[in-house]
Amino acid sequence: MVFLLAITAGVLFAAAIYMILRRSLMKTLVGLLLLSYAINLLLFTSADLVPARPALVDADSLLPPAMYADPVPQAFILTAIVISFGLTAFAITLMRQVYNILGSDDLNEMRCTDVPCEEVEIASEEELLEEPL
Amino acid sequence: MIALPILLPLLFGALCLMAWQNPRWQKAFSLLGTAAQFGAAIWLLIRVQQNGIQHLQVGNWPAPFGIVLVVDLLSAIMVTVAAAVALVVAAYSQAAIDSPRVQYGYYPLFFFLLMGVNGAFITGDLFNLYVWFEVMLMSSFVMLALGGERPQIEGAIKYVILNLLSSTLFLSALGLLYNLAGTLNMADLALRLPGLETGNQITLIAMLFLVAFGIKSAIFPLFFWLPASYHTPPVTITALFSGLLTKVGVYALFRVFTLLFVQDTAYTHTILLIIAGFTMVTGVFGAAAQTDLRRLLSFHIISQIGYLLMGLGMFSQPALAASIYFMVHVILAKTSLFLVAGIVEKMEGSYNLKELGGIYSTRFGVALLFLLPALSLAGLPPLSGFFAKLALVVAGFDLHQYAIVAVGLGVSLMTLYSMTKIWNEAFWKEPKDPIRHAKHKPISSWLWASTAVLVFISLLAGLLAEPLLNLANQAAAQLADPSIYIQAVLGVAP
Repeated sequence: MVFLLAITAGVLFAAAIYMILRRSLMKTLVGLLLLSYAINLLLFTSADLVPARPALVDADSLLPPAMYADPVPQAFILTAIVISFGLTAFAITLMRQVYNILGSDDLNEMRCTDVPCEEVEIASEEELLEEPL
Repeated sequence: MIALPILLPLLFGALCLMAWQNPRWQKAFSLLGTAAQFGAAIWLLIRVQQNGIQHLQVGNWPAPFGIVLVVDLLSAIMVTVAAAVALVVAAYSQAAIDSPRVQYGYYPLFFFLLMGVNGAFITGDLFNLYVWFEVMLMSSFVMLALGGERPQIEGAIKYVILNLLSSTLFLSALGLLYNLAGTLNMADLALRLPGLETGNQITLIAMLFLVAFGIKSAIFPLFFWLPASYHTPPVTITALFSGLLTKVGVYALFRVFTLLFVQDTAYTHTILLIIAGFTMVTGVFGAAAQTDLRRLLSFHIISQIGYLLMGLGMFSQPALAASIYFMVHVILAKTSLFLVAGIVEKMEGSYNLKELGGIYSTRFGVALLFLLPALSLAGLPPLSGFFAKLALVVAGFDLHQYAIVAVGLGVSLMTLYSMTKIWNEAFWKEPKDPIRHAKHKPISSWLWASTAVLVFISLLAGLLAEPLLNLANQAAAQLADPSIYIQAVLGVAP
């Protein structure tokens, strides 16, 4: 099972990185979401999983039976899920705001931070004119 | 009591939220809260200096099972400097932050940012460090985008995406490390890692941590988000970020590369040293090409990060001590420079060096406020930058690391070039538009008084170099010997 989980996490990582490298903001966001899933799976796998052995303690002993899965990473995952939920919600609102202001979700058009905004706007208008009607 | 640097910002952040409708109360709370935090930080520093490493087991769960807060001298120094910067920036904000930003929650965010920063400084648990990073990042995301101007939003997108990426890398490194060692308590990890037969795995994890913290602290070649975003928000927010955020990343690097990943220093710390060199050089050359005051100073943040890593990469007690003193120096000098840039903009209405000019003749005081931290950053005696660089160079010569010392000195000269460029363009040359220059706006006394206080503190850091270097040396002694940390937290000798 660990093998399968590892493969899944690997595929998720690959898909996430592919998506993050896309030009569209929405696709980048999907990439970040996939990345957080991949990491949650990785954390889950890091517990040395044992099937069907919950970490419950017998009535007459102090320790759970041997070879149980470590529950701590699951607590990590819960925390990570909550945090990534908040961050994703913020990222979506920010992207909505970007779309409102720029009217585009193309990352290549976001160059106001490097050159003055007026130049960016002139350049993109010229590109529009060059496009065949 | 050592949780006060976390609890005070939380309390005052909550108070500011309750006074949402009432900006005047929020402003009062911001001064009160940061002053209280500064007091608590000083108290903590004195206590740690006298009694050694302090720790608190949260919820009375003994380490390594519960979360533990640990304050050693490095943490205490960082908390104190951060509190000083916060106090000054809070005073500066009184006049510099416009009322829409205050209405949309500038002050609550300010306090939650401080809470995250302080939490990251004093936690003794790696997963908890991740949580504090997120608290800090979340506030910084909103602060950066607050106001919603076009460059701000674009800068925020770049900042958010790259920092989310860094957080996820950090989290995956945590997963792998937990799988290897079965614990994320820093002291427990330091105790267990040397005994594990792990081969190269531990070095691999160390490199993942380097990339994750490297993005946050803007080292070469991971710094691209910084010059793309730091100049976009109001300069008060930039000053706060430049003083605190990247330094938290550097602090985290210091923590993990002195306490945890010291198995293969020939490999890991050599990489740190090479990165340090490239970070210094790219930062300073990037700055040379800029004509916008804020962008120029942003590139200098990167260049100074290189010096901090240089001490860590050389990894000897004097080198670490020099880096810690450098950290104090650079936080104070850098934040003052940004605050002065804000005053210049308020007076002349521009950050563009081509449009500025003539400030020296009309506003000698502002010119002086710029000159002191600028020369300090370049490393002229008797300012703090000189002693910081001198200590680094001496430590480098002791270890025969001549190459990195040469790079450091060369970059120092380039820094002086950048600072003279600002001086010539903004302060000395004839104003481009004498009529507009003649009727510059009056400056609120909050602005120049708070900046003057910070410049004065920065000056003190230079004049009191001997006692401060002694303190840094004690902090470095704790870093150089992990067994002190382990003994203090777990109560067992390794």
